[in-house]
Amino acid sequence: MRHIIAVLLENEAGALSRVAGLFSARGYNIESLTVAPTEDPTLSRMTLVTTGSDEIVEQIKKQLNKLIDVVKLFDLTEGAHIEREMMMIKVKARGEDREELKRLADIFRAKIIDVTDTSYVVELTGASRKLDAFVEAVPEGRIIEVVRSGPTGIARGEKGLTL
Amino acid sequence: MELSGGEIVVRALQDEGVELVFGYPGGAVLHIYDALFNQDKVRHILVRHEQGAAHAADGYARATGKCGVCLVTSGPGATNAVTGIATAYMDSIPMVILTGQVPTPVIGSDAFQEVDTVGITRPCVKHNFLVKDVRDLATVIRKAFYIATSGRPGPVVVDIPKDVTDPKVKIPYEYPRTLQMRSYNPVEKGHPGQIRRAVDALLAAKRPMVYTGGGVVLGEASAPLTELVRQIGFPITSTLMGLGAYPMSDRQFLGMLGMHGTYEANMAMHECDTLIAIGARFDDRVTGKIEQFCPHAKIIHLDVDPSSISKNVRVDIPIVGQVANVLEEMRRLIQDAGRTPDQAALADWWRQIEAWRGRRCLDYDRNSPRIKPQFAVETLYKVTNGELYLVSDVGQHQMFAAQFYPFDKPRRWINSGGLGTMGFGLPAAIGVQLAHPDATVACISGDASILMCIQELATCKQFALPIKVVLLNNGYMGMVRQWQEMFYEGRYSHSYVDALPDFVKLAESFGHVGMRVERPEDLEGAMREAFAMRDRLVFLDVIVDPTENVYPMIEAGKGHHEMYLSAERELA
Ligand SMILES: Cc1cc2nc3c(=O)[nH]c(=O)nc-3n(C[C@H](O)[C@H](O)[C@H](O)COP(=O)(O)OP(=O)(O)OC[C@H]3O[C@@H](n4cnc5c(N)ncnc54)[C@H](O)[C@@H]3O)c2cc1C
Ligand SMILES: Cc1ncc(C[n+]2csc(CCOP(=O)(O)OP(=O)(O)O)c2C)c(N)n1
Repeated sequence: MRHIIAVLLENEAGALSRVAGLFSARGYNIESLTVAPTEDPTLSRMTLVTTGSDEIVEQIKKQLNKLIDVVKLFDLTEGAHIEREMMMIKVKARGEDREELKRLADIFRAKIIDVTDTSYVVELTGASRKLDAFVEAVPEGRIIEVVRSGPTGIARGEKGLTL
Repeated sequence: MELSGGEIVVRALQDEGVELVFGYPGGAVLHIYDALFNQDKVRHILVRHEQGAAHAADGYARATGKCGVCLVTSGPGATNAVTGIATAYMDSIPMVILTGQVPTPVIGSDAFQEVDTVGITRPCVKHNFLVKDVRDLATVIRKAFYIATSGRPGPVVVDIPKDVTDPKVKIPYEYPRTLQMRSYNPVEKGHPGQIRRAVDALLAAKRPMVYTGGGVVLGEASAPLTELVRQIGFPITSTLMGLGAYPMSDRQFLGMLGMHGTYEANMAMHECDTLIAIGARFDDRVTGKIEQFCPHAKIIHLDVDPSSISKNVRVDIPIVGQVANVLEEMRRLIQDAGRTPDQAALADWWRQIEAWRGRRCLDYDRNSPRIKPQFAVETLYKVTNGELYLVSDVGQHQMFAAQFYPFDKPRRWINSGGLGTMGFGLPAAIGVQLAHPDATVACISGDASILMCIQELATCKQFALPIKVVLLNNGYMGMVRQWQEMFYEGRYSHSYVDALPDFVKLAESFGHVGMRVERPEDLEGAMREAFAMRDRLVFLDVIVDPTENVYPMIEAGKGHHEMYLSAERELA
């Protein structure tokens, strides 16, 4: 099953490589990983997407917790949560395609944020599956470049992953 | 008090109560060495190879329970130490390794003797630090010792760039008394509800089994373990790493389990209905084929590291906590309620176990005209009255020692189990002998292993260490030869140790005493003579039967009930 794990990390040099090294050394799957600072300058927040059996995911969480730089973690998939990923996609936009791509962007509530005579850059935010669907929907051969941030997430309700 | 970085390192070691540092100097650590020179509280032991420094610090830690410390230079000094660091990591040994690093301004420029020590060691340490500012030095060293010795112990590397130890830069020094680490809080006590469930399960058992490991030694839980097991009268086995935590000569002890464990221990594992694993990590050398491991048992697992639990084998009752605390709690629960196990069922179970024991799985040919390695270990036991610190290298000799030398106390059997590092024995024995100057310390080794760190004979000379090296010389990498005999139809690909040195002359050239024994009838006398030389290192070259194999043996990937019992490969 797919799990989204949110991790609060000490904002120390090398903390990221400890997490990345753990996944490669133990052969765990890692679909995506994002890190950025939080409102507390001593902490970073990482969002990891991984897949595995219940036993493997349990081990992943234990091994992450064992890293000295990991302060706290939470498996968002255990409860109601909101997942968001951002994508910028550059497409060839000429002639009739221009209208078609514009329509497609509207349907997905995406924004066209850069326009040239021959191309668009479309920005789209949502759950990863929605982004996949947009990529699928772009007509054959029109995609120039896809940039995705990797998912981030937050639990619903009042409680948060804080210290 | 104003100190330079180099002085801070040495002063912090003093404040930690460190008595011994095993090391080897070089450019990046010269400031630290200079600070060492000006004091006499911390004693420095000069080894002859950085691998030796790490193993010696490790041996010291295993023999005492204290943190081992080593000090090496950057680049090749650090990479040479890596094997020793990984060895300590696999067996959860508390160690602090101080490595020199190139000055901070040139880090990353492929400077002379630069390697990314933090990167190289990351997968084989509990934690590591790169200290970039002298003002962080004392706190980092304090944290390193705390992390290395608490929770599940392990090695911690502190990488120190040369400019951080600059003698011209002095700052006020104070060793932090307390530490706040929000991200590291090792568990102490077990969950009371889980402990109660475990006790209920144990007392309800008809065929109980106790399986202990290195965690009992690491957690200083020998006394509570022995009391509890005697109180409930259960059979007990141990991994290679836990030998001696429960007295091995006691009737309730069934011998080691696993690949080269006894028939009775492995059969009892296979047939038990309730298993309690205490400070053991279900290693593949122990479990054999996972699907066939303890097929009938409800499993209780007590470990300080949550990630050890249900890692390889699914556990029914997990308890996370310090082994000594939890065992004491269990004993109290049983005692206070005046409860006892099912005595009738237990008596039946013991009858079955005694029948297995009756197979005498460790029997060997006692009338051989050659010295059998088993006979050599038995003689060693006799000559030393069981009162030995026995340090081992890796191979058949290690297994024979584990099978034939019953240790009755913890920290007496010192060997590399998880990494299985050939070359560990001699340097580790240095650490053990320095920790216990008046004790009898022997290193049992093979003709291949001993050559991997033979240079440490010079260290033994310099520090006048009266270690007894007992070399079981079979002219082969015996363990490899055994596998080739059993699984590769006798194709002995590169396992014959050609061109062996004359070990007697070799020992003598280092300034030690060398002796050779070839006949069984000469062995006891020679050993007595060697051990009588209390102020000398004696290197005993014991020529043993080159074809002897270690039995019982469970082939990798087989179940506990599928054992080879003897050379005839009778399948139990
Ligand atoms: C040639 C060779 C052959 C071998 N054959 C065998 C064999 O036949 N049988 C065998 O048993 N081994 C054998 N081994 C050793 C094997 O590879 C493993 O090293 C060993 O089985 C692991 O022992 P352990 O489970 O006790 O774990 P250890 O590595 O000692 O781990 C200790 C466990 O205890 C926990 N712990 C630590 N401190 C505490 C505490 N204070 N409180 C609670 N828990 C704690 C740790 O978290 C860990 O899970 C062999 C090795 C070699 C080199
Ligand atoms: C550093 C290292 N290299 C290789 C091995 C693989 N290995 C395990 S046992 C062994 C042979 C050991 O031979 P020896 O020291 O003579 O002991 P014996 O088995 O003959 O008692 C080898 C090569 C190892 N454990 N460690």
